[in-house]
Amino acid sequence: MKFPNELKYTESDEWVRVEADSATLGVTDFAQDQLSDVVYFEVVVQVGDKLSKGDAVGILESVKAAADLYSPVSGEVTEINDALPDNPELVNSDPYGMAWMLRIQMSDPAELEQMMDAGAYQQNTEERSG
Amino acid sequence: MNRVEPNVYELSTPGRPSHRFPDLDVPFAELPDKMLRDHLELPELSELEVTRHFVRLSQLNFGIDTAFYPLGSCTMKYNPKVNEDAARLPGFAHTHPLQDTKVLQGNLALMYTLQEWLAEIGGFAGVSLQPAAGAHGELTGILILRAYHQDRGDPDRKKILVPDSAHGTNPATTTMSGLSVIELPSDKRGNVDLEALRTECDDTVAGLMLTNPNTLGLFEEHVEEVIKLVHDCGGLVYGDGANMNALLGVIRPGDLGFDVLHYNLHKTFSTPHGGGGPGSGPLGVSEALLDYLPGPIVDTVEPGDDDLPPLYGLVMPKKTIGRVKAFHGHFGMHVRAFTYIRSYGKSGMRDIADHAVLNANYLLAALRDTYHVPFDRTCMHEFVLEGRFEKAPGVHALDVSKRLMDWGFHPPTNYFPLIVQEALMIEPTETESKATLDAFIEAMKSIAQEAEDHPEQLQTAPHTTAFGRLDEVQAAKELVLCCRPAELSTAET
Amino acid sequence: MTYIPHTEAERSQMLAAIGVKSLDALYADLPADVRFPDLALPEAASEMEVMEDLQLLAEANLHVRQASCFLGAGAYNHYVPSVVDHILRRNEFYTAYTPYQPEVSQGTLQVIFEFQSLITFLTGMEVANASHYDGATSLAEAAILSLNHHRGKRTKIVLSAGIHPQYREVLRTYLQGQPLAIVGDGSLADDPASHIDENTSMVAVQYPDFFGNILDLEALGRAARDYGALLCVVANPIALGLLKPPSEFGADIVVGEGQPLGIPLSFGGPYIGFFATREEYVRNMAGRLVGETVDSRGQRGYVMTLTPREQHIRRGRATSNICTNQGLMALAVTAYLSTVGRAGLKQVAELCYHKAHYTAQAIDQLDGYELWNRDPFFHEFVVRCSRPVAEINEALLDHDIIGGYDLGQVYPELGEHMLIAVTELNYKEEIDDFVEVLNEQG
Repeated sequence: MKFPNELKYTESDEWVRVEADSATLGVTDFAQDQLSDVVYFEVVVQVGDKLSKGDAVGILESVKAAADLYSPVSGEVTEINDALPDNPELVNSDPYGMAWMLRIQMSDPAELEQMMDAGAYQQNTEERSG
Repeated sequence: MNRVEPNVYELSTPGRPSHRFPDLDVPFAELPDKMLRDHLELPELSELEVTRHFVRLSQLNFGIDTAFYPLGSCTMKYNPKVNEDAARLPGFAHTHPLQDTKVLQGNLALMYTLQEWLAEIGGFAGVSLQPAAGAHGELTGILILRAYHQDRGDPDRKKILVPDSAHGTNPATTTMSGLSVIELPSDKRGNVDLEALRTECDDTVAGLMLTNPNTLGLFEEHVEEVIKLVHDCGGLVYGDGANMNALLGVIRPGDLGFDVLHYNLHKTFSTPHGGGGPGSGPLGVSEALLDYLPGPIVDTVEPGDDDLPPLYGLVMPKKTIGRVKAFHGHFGMHVRAFTYIRSYGKSGMRDIADHAVLNANYLLAALRDTYHVPFDRTCMHEFVLEGRFEKAPGVHALDVSKRLMDWGFHPPTNYFPLIVQEALMIEPTETESKATLDAFIEAMKSIAQEAEDHPEQLQTAPHTTAFGRLDEVQAAKELVLCCRPAELSTAET
Repeated sequence: MTYIPHTEAERSQMLAAIGVKSLDALYADLPADVRFPDLALPEAASEMEVMEDLQLLAEANLHVRQASCFLGAGAYNHYVPSVVDHILRRNEFYTAYTPYQPEVSQGTLQVIFEFQSLITFLTGMEVANASHYDGATSLAEAAILSLNHHRGKRTKIVLSAGIHPQYREVLRTYLQGQPLAIVGDGSLADDPASHIDENTSMVAVQYPDFFGNILDLEALGRAARDYGALLCVVANPIALGLLKPPSEFGADIVVGEGQPLGIPLSFGGPYIGFFATREEYVRNMAGRLVGETVDSRGQRGYVMTLTPREQHIRRGRATSNICTNQGLMALAVTAYLSTVGRAGLKQVAELCYHKAHYTAQAIDQLDGYELWNRDPFFHEFVVRCSRPVAEINEALLDHDIIGGYDLGQVYPELGEHMLIAVTELNYKEEIDDFVEVLNEQG
């Protein structure tokens, strides 16, 4: 199980990569492992949409589970990974790379402070799989 | 051996003579071309081809009449054959739902009596037979709770409390009714956590949905206190009657303070499960909620006397939430449940519960040393084991289930309730003999031993069935939901 | 009568194995003050006695095989070939449950897959699910699909007054907890198209409508498309054996009552709601779906698929709370359509059409009656009478004829109007008798 140090994490298993004011969003290795084979991914927002922190942005499904994705930050959607809906298995094979989901121009980067770092998130997942 | 059965489109041959209806005995009427369809993709088979096709398909199925079917929470008891004959009596099977009720007094008398019997068994003031299934009964019940609060000028009660061990239908129903779900944790003995409940009980609570016995097969030890807490804050208590088989003649939910409860005629009252329905989910309510029932319900419109039976009619309750279904519910299922209750009678009700509980506890006693029991106390009609093994970490509950097929048994319910890891939920029902239970115990123990000695035997099971494990990932990714055009064109040439 | 197999000796052995002395001891967790109630139920009875009771109740009814039936209004008296019930009585089908374990449920799964295929081709749509409780609840579920499709941003449902009144009632019951406007069916003069706007989630019509009319839905389909509202068509499946499928009018969802396809009247249930739509809406669809796949040995097989939409996984966020479907009724429909086939369904539809028109013409010529329909109709039509329909129906019953539906009960503007259904089961002689009694009662 990977927990890259440079990322920020949420309790609902999203990760965020920050470059200046831009946040790239995806789901974690732990999440894909819990879901097992991902067979479906859908983004429910469009480029240009203004998001508030906590808004639903996507849906992931495996054969036995479904997960809704929430944005941990507020801002405007600038880019969506168009390749993902046709290749949802990327979420299993490369959750932190090819399976990035969308990019957001953050309006309040201070929100990042409420997210976990890699160590805290790893501990969180260990408690949950108890 | 390949057991793949062609589908009806593959079996079709253009021009095959099939079923014939009588010739037209009136003149042709004009039939404007522009209204007509130009093609209709339906198969063409002889009656023998149809018969063999479905008989072969049936042989790929497993039913209660095949062997033991301990599917937890589904009450797979024997479906008496007389029920089937009763529902097919022409006087029942060939009556139209909108005929004049004066010429349908037999149907109405049966429904009225069944309403009364169910009310008596559950301890309620009245019953509607309209809901078509358990989940449909839930929707009806929660809409009644909502209407009750609205009618009392208390529309801000939007919270429905649902224990984390509940069936998925409970939260889904709540959302569908426009209310919001608050999940309650379970305590260490599998009961609703009283502290958590106390915290949530305020003037925004519309009600609590409670399955009792719960989905762990355990009777809520503090049920009266739970109900009192909800009532004291102005909420109502909805009972999910999925597990009513354990309570027949033992305790009446109405006497415990439940305000609403749905019955599953296809679980408790032996109507067949039909490969996934039709079910039937009548709803019982307390006096205060009678006027909100969906209608119409059957009532006496003229009392009877020594010579004449009463005249029954269809009546709409005064503040009804409305219809939840066209016509009068699953009448064919009402006939079967009526037949069942009439057969067992007064003393038989408790016999059913007693033996359902006896069988479950007998299995639990025999298996608790082999499988981990997460909440181990006297169970009701079912119990939950964990299908995981310390010495065989790669074996899962699903593997145990699949291996049971090789022993000729239907697997238990898997992965439910969600609060137990690797759950195996086992419900034997009262109609199984000790000999059958002993054979099942032997299978479960052998499988546990095999999990340690030859885990691959479980992981690749089943081995003796016509089909091996199916690829669910491919099904979900490729989504073939209909016979494919390629097959059609073959069928057409 | 009992179906419990235990002997006294077995019971004792089992109690000993559990470690309790009596059955009562198993209920120690239950509140003692309300335990073991004395139920006011009849005493147990033998199968022989029970059947005698039921026979008496059944005989207290007048059934459609003892009379001529001209009553439809959503439940239709059709002939069911014998083979259909023989298939339904296969124990492996009717005593199974939902096919959670596909290795031992391929029979049920393939039947459902075939049912989905037959409904898909009959309606002309792209995908059909494994059924709803009835036509009424499938219409309600269509509305919910449309609301989910628009992500709750549209709050208006338009219904035609020509949809079965009970279906509209059920839809309203289902959606009473949602902040919606449900409009368009205030009176028969209302035109559903005029209500469609950018806030409209779904517009629904019936085809043929409740009065039997075969309306051209082309314009309504266009209007719905212009505003991005979903068009839902409630269709009669027998009529689809002959008429253009709703897909040709741009329907997004086709629902309806499957009872005419091999299911007895049974006083209104169990029946089956069918539900077909476009592939793009499949994830918003409620209910079970079966998909094709392969097993570990490379054999073609079937499984329930897209289950994350459903309540047992999504719980509070599921597309619907539906769990049990109408499995056995789906088998009846599949067996019926396989038996009558392409030619048979068309023949039934034609018999219905021609017999209904013969009947309508004959009644239209009587004094005191007038055919109300101006559009082409299928196997049901309305006649204006000059007396209350209830009175005419009383007189018809004296001749063992079950008359039509009294429309004044639900449509105030249609007092003294009777809705008459004619099927392949109505021979010319009984139609002539019906017309003659109507003539006497005119």
